[in-house]
Amino acid sequence: MPTNKLKSISKHRLFVPIAFLVFLFFVNMIINPGFLKISMGSDSNGNPVLIGNIVNILTNATELVILAIGMTLVTSSSKGQDISVGATVAIVGGVIMRVLCGMETQPTTLHAPVVVALVLGCLAGIACGMFNGLLVAKFKIQPMVATLILFTAGRSIGSMAMGGLKPKAVSSFGYYGNFIPGFPIPTPILITIVVIIITAIVLKKTNLALYTKSVGINDKAAYLNGLNPNLIKFITFMILGLCVGIAGFVQASRVQTVNPYTIVPSIEMDVILAVALGGNSLGGGKFNMTGSIIGAYTIQTLTSMLTTLNVNTNAVPVFKAVIILVLVIIQTPIVKSFFHEHIQTAKLLKTQRKERA
Amino acid sequence: MQEKVLSMKQINISFPGVKALQNVDFSLCEGEIHALMGENGAGKSTLIKVLTGVYKADSGEITMKGFEKPLHIKSPQDAQKAGISTVYQEITLCPNLTVAENLFIGRSEEFVVNWKTNNKRADEILKGLSIPAKATQQLSNCSIAAQQMVAIARAVDMECKVLILDEPTSSLDKQEVEKLFTLMRKLKARGVGIVFVTHFLDQVYELCDKITVLRGGELVGEYPIKDLSRVELVAKMMGKELDDLEEIEQEAQALVGKNKEVVLEVKGLASTSGIKPFDFTIHKGEVTGFAGLLGSGRSECVRAIFGADKVVKGNVRVKGEPVHVAAPIKAMKKGIGYLSEDRKGDGIVGDLSVRDNMILALQVMKGFFKPFTKTQAQAFAEEYIKLLGIKTASADTPISSLSGGNQQKVILARWLLTHPDYLILDEPTRGIDIGTKVEIQKLVLKLAAEGMSITFISSEIEEMLRTCSKLIIMRDLYVVGELNGEDLTQTKIMHTIAGGVSQNANQ
Repeated sequence: MPTNKLKSISKHRLFVPIAFLVFLFFVNMIINPGFLKISMGSDSNGNPVLIGNIVNILTNATELVILAIGMTLVTSSSKGQDISVGATVAIVGGVIMRVLCGMETQPTTLHAPVVVALVLGCLAGIACGMFNGLLVAKFKIQPMVATLILFTAGRSIGSMAMGGLKPKAVSSFGYYGNFIPGFPIPTPILITIVVIIITAIVLKKTNLALYTKSVGINDKAAYLNGLNPNLIKFITFMILGLCVGIAGFVQASRVQTVNPYTIVPSIEMDVILAVALGGNSLGGGKFNMTGSIIGAYTIQTLTSMLTTLNVNTNAVPVFKAVIILVLVIIQTPIVKSFFHEHIQTAKLLKTQRKERA
Repeated sequence: MQEKVLSMKQINISFPGVKALQNVDFSLCEGEIHALMGENGAGKSTLIKVLTGVYKADSGEITMKGFEKPLHIKSPQDAQKAGISTVYQEITLCPNLTVAENLFIGRSEEFVVNWKTNNKRADEILKGLSIPAKATQQLSNCSIAAQQMVAIARAVDMECKVLILDEPTSSLDKQEVEKLFTLMRKLKARGVGIVFVTHFLDQVYELCDKITVLRGGELVGEYPIKDLSRVELVAKMMGKELDDLEEIEQEAQALVGKNKEVVLEVKGLASTSGIKPFDFTIHKGEVTGFAGLLGSGRSECVRAIFGADKVVKGNVRVKGEPVHVAAPIKAMKKGIGYLSEDRKGDGIVGDLSVRDNMILALQVMKGFFKPFTKTQAQAFAEEYIKLLGIKTASADTPISSLSGGNQQKVILARWLLTHPDYLILDEPTRGIDIGTKVEIQKLVLKLAAEGMSITFISSEIEEMLRTCSKLIIMRDLYVVGELNGEDLTQTKIMHTIAGGVSQNANQ
């Protein structure tokens, strides 16, 4: 029966996140009839590039999506969140710029191959993750308190990594945050796709999901089943560190320079929201990776929409907050069961009326 | 004849897909201790939850003395106002407050609280009920039994007419249970009607006046205690005559001393739990038990063998080969399995499915990079759901929504899947229904006959007598004796627990 099918769809964990994303698309299409349009244009150098709102959203969501993947694992295993991801992106950015530019502010060539910068950036991210993981797993410090340390110090460390300078790398470093000349799809989109595919493979081909969930739900039981809960928490923080490394690389490449004090402002909150919007409990345990990724795109769509609407930049956070508040409340069990009951009563009334007739 | 204080008539309630209660009647008189019995899933908890306003009955009537109209209990607060109080197995007080604060919190109508008078009154209440606690003592410093008694005192002081005790004795030792019973008898003399839910038959016959038996959500009957023998009670709860228990006993005797190959040998083992160094040996196909009072160290012994607590001393040999058991994974790789005592605390992984819970241990042994495919895992799950008769909607159902007995079977399946040479079962029958208890005991004997070595721990000595061919007796973290053969009798065990000479007291 179609009604039953509809009901089972509406009960699916991902129903609210997906429905909301679709709803946002509709609103966008009403505001801007050309919202879905994707066209071929050219950049200032005459290279072919794809242009369109959707392309922009997909491109700009890259950092958010990648960080949300790592944050989902950390949330699941440690029952808390890493609030230092914005600050550690600054560290990674600082390391990458230092590797590429040395101590020059306007170098004419790259001081090292980009791949070296990427690897060192990722290592810096992983080191930050290991630091956080050590505090959480070994010293049992609450994740928010433990990551408050790098949250506080990270941006300054990023500046120190560049020797206090603000170097700008040559434009060829910009390929990874923009376009590769001659190839019309923005590179960040390709990077996102690769990261998502790797994540999917890892989740399918290893026991990462099972172990992480077990530790997050009941770490004592996990231990008695032969797992090492501390090690698994530590590993999830390392994975988030790797995600920070990749996100920092893309971010640095966008404008080929890094201002550690303003790079990805408050992104940690958007990342945590993405995890929550995906229907994941911030109290840890079970998780749904697809949900987090959808959540990340939802937030980016929302941000873009508010910009299109010419909402005053200072007022954007307020609008965002209100919409997210509504969305989070809709997903609480209280509201869900309230709607459920109302649907049931309505059905009952309908059948009763039919019987009378 | 005493007056009826509570009567529930024709209570019906159904949850999606299940009729939890069908036309159940229940009545309680003043000054009566009334046992509510039934296997898991019989509807005991549901009935209590209807009475305390947690669930709303689909139909039926609840009347109480002093109320002219039938009661509509919509919330636990309503129930409390009507004079119905509940004390659960888990203490639901605030451990960081004092006893007096716990007694009076949330009950004062006045804006200013005079703790001096409150403390004085609390001491009077405690004295009146002979509860071993002081008003100004922090609750967490009291023994579990005293804490439970404080919870009862709080309920009684709120002028409750009906007191529901839901498995209050499962975490108490014998003396504590005695104290609790004295208190219950005192309340009975005051005219309080008490509903007593328990799994322990002994306690029912020691204390209760009447028994109401439920089975599968339906009322089997209400009986005065003297008219219903134990065997009859068990038969009524299970819905069949029960000769099974005797069969088991005979099988156990037949197994004594058949095999001589040593599977596990432990010398001078001690762990951070405070257990004193002990020796232990188990042969192939042997079933041994650790007996002793609560806190005597029986769980701590097996936890040390499995590496669940950090081992500080001693050595372990598995089939003659020395093993350093630094963590459970080491023990698992040597063919040891451990079903823990605290099913909720460190057994089940609540939100995960029955399937994931079952394959967890085997999966961990197989390795991080070699996950079972969904088909493989599903096949394992289906096999064991069928083999152990686990009642679950599907293998995808979260384990937390299963009844206690079925959860225990899932955990059992988890360890059977690893095909251990030596399986430790620490209180596998705690808090589960009699039918499942018998099934588990039978399974233990069957597995032993197939060559598995098993340690079986239970607080019910009869169960161990039925299954074990050797018992290690413990007292105050020491091993005080080892009994086998003809020595395996209740009296002998009691004597050893009470006054045996310890094997390792001098170490």
